[in-house]
Amino acid sequence: MAQSGMTKARPRPLSPHLGIYRWGPHMMVSILNRMMGVGLATLGMALFTMGLMALALGPDAWAHFIGVMRAPVFLWLGRMLGMGLTFALFLHMLAGIRHFVMDIGAGFELKSNRTSAILTLLGAAALTLIVWAIILLGRR
Amino acid sequence: MGTGTELGRVRGLGSAKAGAHHWWLQRLTALGNLLLTLWLVISLLILPSFDYDVVHAWVASPINTVLLALLIINVCWHFRLGLQVVIEDYVHGASRLLVLGLLHIWTFGTGGFALYALLKIAFTGSAH
Repeated sequence: MAQSGMTKARPRPLSPHLGIYRWGPHMMVSILNRMMGVGLATLGMALFTMGLMALALGPDAWAHFIGVMRAPVFLWLGRMLGMGLTFALFLHMLAGIRHFVMDIGAGFELKSNRTSAILTLLGAAALTLIVWAIILLGRR
Repeated sequence: MGTGTELGRVRGLGSAKAGAHHWWLQRLTALGNLLLTLWLVISLLILPSFDYDVVHAWVASPINTVLLALLIINVCWHFRLGLQVVIEDYVHGASRLLVLGLLHIWTFGTGGFALYALLKIAFTGSAH
């Protein structure tokens, strides 16, 4: 900030930001990666810790925990939470792998960057479906 | 500040030569998370059921206990670094300090409880 009394402060030029650009899959993956990371660190870590605690407390606490997760209340809230966190995990995982590639300087061409962003979204959805098909078809 | 020439005011305020350290640790813990969470997801899916005896025995077996402990530490480390960056991007002023403090408490609080539960399962045997 100019503090000198001689020069009068004038508005500095701003670099273009989110509002300027046309929305695309790369932006979607970028912000989703962040949101899923925050979700995993808060809800995911809370649920993981509660599950481990229930297991440590004994059979009754564990049965209660599993029962709550399987309960058909509020549109299967427990299972919806589980599916949401599964999607969050796989999106964060695939977006992280995509970042590893970009960290070595590859995959910045417009077309391949767009393709890898779309594959990240589709891959996370597909892996979530596979995991929950195994859980639900195995009656767990 | 406010005295001296403009050059004098910025001297000594340059890079601390540690700019990539935070970023690099985030990548290393990301790699650990990738391996450990894939192992966890696959291991849980191939369990015959989620009954108490099955899951308890799986967690209590030595290799699984060690890998779960590493997973807890690695995940906590990774989200401590990652959420710090998110907070620094979106929270400004005095509340940033507060939120960063809460993140620190959350990291060590959940990590501590999870590790305690894990060790109790590993070392005290089934509650039957």
